[in-house]
Amino acid sequence: MNSKLYLDEEEIAEARTLAAAIADGVAAFIVDKTTVAVERTVLRLLSLDGVDADGVPLPNVVVDHIHERGQLQRGIARWVINAMLQTGLGIQAIGEAVAAGELDLLALPPRPDAEIFARGREEAQIALERIKRRQEERDHALSRLGEGPQPYIYVIVATGNIYEDVVQARAAARQGADIIAVIRSTGQSLIDYVPYGATTEGFGGTYATQENFRIMRAALDEAGEEIGRYIRLCNYCSGLCMPEIAAMGALERLDVMLNDALYGILFRDINMQRTLIDQNFSRMINSYAGVIINTGEDNYLTTADAVEAAHTVLASQFVNEQLALRSGLPPAQMGLGHAFEMDPMLEDGFLLEWAQALMAREIFPDAPLKYMPPTKHMTGNIFRGHVQDALFNLVGMATGQGIQLLGMMTEAIHTPLIHDRQLAIESARYIFNNARHLRDELEFRRDGKMVERAREVVHEARGLLREIAAKGLFSALEEGRFADVKRSLTGGKGLKGVLVRADDYYNPIESALRSALGLPSANVGSRESGSRESEGREVGGHA
Amino acid sequence: MRDLRRVRPYGDTFDDGMVQFSFSLPVPYGEEAREAARQFVAKMGVLEPQVTYAADLGEGMTFFVVYGKTNHDIDFTAIKTPKVESPVMDFYEINQFIRERIGRKIVVLGACTGTDAHTVGIDAIMNMKGYAGEYGLERYPEIEAHNLGSQVSNEELVKKALELKADAILVSQVVTQKDVHIPNLAELVELLEAQDVRNKIVLVCGGPRLGHELALELGYDAGFGPGTLAPEVASFIVHEMAKPAARSDRGGKRQ
Repeated sequence: MNSKLYLDEEEIAEARTLAAAIADGVAAFIVDKTTVAVERTVLRLLSLDGVDADGVPLPNVVVDHIHERGQLQRGIARWVINAMLQTGLGIQAIGEAVAAGELDLLALPPRPDAEIFARGREEAQIALERIKRRQEERDHALSRLGEGPQPYIYVIVATGNIYEDVVQARAAARQGADIIAVIRSTGQSLIDYVPYGATTEGFGGTYATQENFRIMRAALDEAGEEIGRYIRLCNYCSGLCMPEIAAMGALERLDVMLNDALYGILFRDINMQRTLIDQNFSRMINSYAGVIINTGEDNYLTTADAVEAAHTVLASQFVNEQLALRSGLPPAQMGLGHAFEMDPMLEDGFLLEWAQALMAREIFPDAPLKYMPPTKHMTGNIFRGHVQDALFNLVGMATGQGIQLLGMMTEAIHTPLIHDRQLAIESARYIFNNARHLRDELEFRRDGKMVERAREVVHEARGLLREIAAKGLFSALEEGRFADVKRSLTGGKGLKGVLVRADDYYNPIESALRSALGLPSANVGSRESGSRESEGREVGGHA
Repeated sequence: MRDLRRVRPYGDTFDDGMVQFSFSLPVPYGEEAREAARQFVAKMGVLEPQVTYAADLGEGMTFFVVYGKTNHDIDFTAIKTPKVESPVMDFYEINQFIRERIGRKIVVLGACTGTDAHTVGIDAIMNMKGYAGEYGLERYPEIEAHNLGSQVSNEELVKKALELKADAILVSQVVTQKDVHIPNLAELVELLEAQDVRNKIVLVCGGPRLGHELALELGYDAGFGPGTLAPEVASFIVHEMAKPAARSDRGGKRQ
């Protein structure tokens, strides 16, 4: 690596090794567990959709139907596929019959495992084919229409009404946006089901539903055809329904997903076991679907001090990278997040900012890093805010970021108005174009402030990773090592939905994904795959 | 001599009435759009509106920057706005005030309530490190501060307040789209009243679109807007608690 910041390669290599050990600890802890959300995701990928008479999604109805009677730890697929074999019905008809109280999946006589596994393999193959087709569509559209240069311009829409979002998103695409992120309604991350259908009411954002995904996808495809550029769609694969949203995104060809368990743990108080298990499965789906994930480190420093705690962002990126690799996610899909929310009034803050952004770029050379300007220091003074955002745009270009989340001058006032986005995009395009090759022209003083800053952050990150590796990620979270927020292993929302897999746990979707992604097999049909992972029962000191 | 009874915007000459606008109209970009913007601003009572910039936003929308002059005026001498009146003390003075005038540590709860997940504001007031060079309440030796974080239901907040015997509750509301914060803030007052503890607790709200006047209307003791720092809030709380007989059982040493 030819480092402009003279980064210490040995220290970085050690940090990666430590992060790998931390991720192994997490992987060992989650490998023998599942969650209600993972099981609902299996149903969704097996093509169960819709809601019952009370508006409850059928995946919830069917999972609860089994879970209430203590049989979910064997895997939902076993029961549903058995029912398909016994009744000759498709999964949708089975779900509807269960919802109507006409069918009890546990009352059906069991077919031999071999038959269930054979049918499960077929059904999983169909599911993966559906996802594959969407990925091929994307590849085809990208090669035909092309895309904007990096950094991709990423803007949000957040009207609460999917049809209004469409107007804003199409306008943004015409204005030059490459990625449209539909912000979710505040609070969606904490509801344990995915709302159904097109929605027109939300607060601070719009509900993530499969129909809303479909509506926005179609609108952006149409706009992209007209403009002659592929427009990527982003949503939030986080919260209690993380893997379900990954599945919906894979089926509706979303391109980018926020997907970070640590974010949910720290900022939404979601139970860490629940969300790390959910994350693992959701990242497999995202990986297979060719979705770029974004991680949430860009939020840590809204609560912790940006100068003192910068190394926690880097440490978390190292961990997130290793966790992602364990879900089969290649670096080209790892949109590791970062933002250093330093007080804009800090002397030489811009130098620190630049140094850290370049540091992240050099340490994760193949990742489409997602860079974000500060929201914490937006004051309602839209004019100053616009200048702050402009400086971040310059850093983004000058350090080769992959995705630039554009700040809006009206942040801290309201969700973006249609012209707020126009002004933000205009600023970004001006700066990106005007300083396109700045990075190539610059070298930094070996004894200067920027080199010193990057060295210091790497060094401290390595130190923090040593501490975390010694005690495990779960303990580190309990001690508040990230974002100054403390969370307990058994606290937070969603723990009730975590189950230890039975010895005959069966999940054909996971088997198929693991096989397609080249991941080692877990306990997803032990008699089928022959042997369990040897580390399957380790729980990292947190039994 | 400025005539404060007839005040107009100032650009570079007294009474020039200069104002600037920026907005979008759902009309396609073009000369007609510029004229529409000009007429729109003229209808607002602005003289000589000049459309200095128009941009095509796509989707049949156009953005404008418009300058003009207004001949409306305001009687500044007649303006009264409700304000938080208590004098603002610093960190040391507040702690000393608590020791001398209240005689025990005070308990302050902070939360983002309802579905609101935006803790930037409450964190700035509560967190040890504070914001803009001012320590947050957690740092005050005489304050027992509990930051309950985001998405706290009003029921949960009231339960915690009873359990911890809170002297003050700070509610932060950042998401105000479609006025979702109004019923949420009002509900907390109702719940506290139902528990018969509203009078025993100093109730404060804050957020980018909250002010003192709205807070009073909603039944709060004070409201703080954006840019508020911890000492302003703490000063208000301790003065309120020390008000003689304002509320029956405040201020005394707790058994």
